[in-house]
Amino acid sequence: MVKTPIYFDHAATTPLCKEAFDKMSPYFTQIFGNANSQHMFGREAVKAVDEARDSIAKIINCKPNELYFTSGGTEADNWALRGVARANANKGKHVIISPIEHAAMLVTAKALEKDGFEISYMKVDEEGFVDLEHLKTIIRPDTTLVCCMLANNEVGTIEPIKEIAKIAHDNGSLMFTDAVQAAGVLKTDVKELGVDLMSMSGHKIYGPKGIGALYIRNGVKVESILTGGHQERMKRGGTTNVPAIVGFAEAFRIADRDREKNFEYVCSLRDKFIDRILAEVPFVKLNGPRKENRLPANADFSFRFIEGESILFSLDLAGIAVSSGSACSSGSLEPSHVLMALGLPEGLAHGSIRFSFGKHNTLEEIDYAVDVVKEAVEKLRAMSPLFKAQGDIKYV
Amino acid sequence: MYNEKVMDVFKNPKNVGEIENADGVGLVGNENCGDIMQIFLKIENDIIVDAKFKTFGCAAAIATSSTATEMVKGMTVEEALKLTNRRVVECLGGLPAQKLHCSVLAEEAIKKAIEDYQSKKQA
Ligand code: FES
Repeated sequence: MVKTPIYFDHAATTPLCKEAFDKMSPYFTQIFGNANSQHMFGREAVKAVDEARDSIAKIINCKPNELYFTSGGTEADNWALRGVARANANKGKHVIISPIEHAAMLVTAKALEKDGFEISYMKVDEEGFVDLEHLKTIIRPDTTLVCCMLANNEVGTIEPIKEIAKIAHDNGSLMFTDAVQAAGVLKTDVKELGVDLMSMSGHKIYGPKGIGALYIRNGVKVESILTGGHQERMKRGGTTNVPAIVGFAEAFRIADRDREKNFEYVCSLRDKFIDRILAEVPFVKLNGPRKENRLPANADFSFRFIEGESILFSLDLAGIAVSSGSACSSGSLEPSHVLMALGLPEGLAHGSIRFSFGKHNTLEEIDYAVDVVKEAVEKLRAMSPLFKAQGDIKYV
Repeated sequence: MYNEKVMDVFKNPKNVGEIENADGVGLVGNENCGDIMQIFLKIENDIIVDAKFKTFGCAAAIATSSTATEMVKGMTVEEALKLTNRRVVECLGGLPAQKLHCSVLAEEAIKKAIEDYQSKKQA
């Protein structure tokens, strides 16, 4: 019998890895200095932050002075979008963004619109891939920034960032990518990707919460959004979160070290899960790409005739933690904007469940979960007015 | 978010299914989130002797369907018409604020089923 609870929500957050935890611990009580102080306590803190910055810079192939620590992915996203749009407003007030970005981007884009910026949305196909030809038609001389996530958090689509960046650059625009879901999982070499800015987050890669980073290529003009002290080379005020930075760098180091191994392993879990669900559960749709160009962790399904939140809690009762993109499970009672952008009919978005796997999950857990899903789906369908069992024709 | 009572009822809902040749059937949809609830009533001498439901919706919608159908059993048609979603929610020990609209669905479905019964009776 497998041990429950089983955690299949790694796209939401991951547990802190032991290595990062150990490395962080002294920085709470012993090495507690303010990295802004000039005395020995401060110098010790600075040393730790410098090392962390060097380590992450090496992984993403940038200079240490191109990497800025933030309070997380949301702040990094906000900063990139707002900061670049505002700092380059003299050149143009047009920004292009994908419709399946994280809310940290989409809500910020809406706010910019109110400030007089014009936002255009890329088109994505039914698997979530950006339509490059369409992008070429909407990019303009006054477009200052093109934003597209490296990998989508809901349906796992890995976007052709290199190609998108090329279109942006050919037009003289800057390119930002949100790599919150991708960092530590895919190769995130900023030179290879050709991006000018890239956001990352600690807690998605077995690092601590409350820490992230923004890569800003030297020479790119960005306005600060957190104004205050002299931290982060005058660009981002706020006392440096030394323990979190240390933990983030260590978690990133481990993730990068084990990247290929984990990629292969987590893909094997995902593929087994996807294959079994598609084969054994009727009336189910896999959202996002089949297997190629899909995040190893992600399996997102729509179960027809039933509602996602009730599936989520059925699985929860059986000890399996997942998330749902259904209207009923969102605070706003709106279905997931990602599924809508993929053109999913509302009924199907309603029955959506995201499973996201991690390096500690096992094949036994996958098998157990498939059985639980089958049972839960059957039970809820028996309750659904949209679903009728009729003799031999079991489903309508 | 949900209390234990709600989760309990959601886990083992009562009165799931349809009643063949029901005396009253009420089907309602929820504009807020697109959910659907269907309630079937068996009524003898204006007393509800059986109630069943089918619901496409969240855990709160399923729990309130179960509880509401339990509550109306044995009620007269008059009494059942007065059943409010508030009483159903109280019986469940409360629902999160953003889930109150799901309980309205149960109230409306029962009203509709009774209306259906009354109009059939008149015909
Ligand atoms: S039925 Fe949609 S939120 Fe309850």
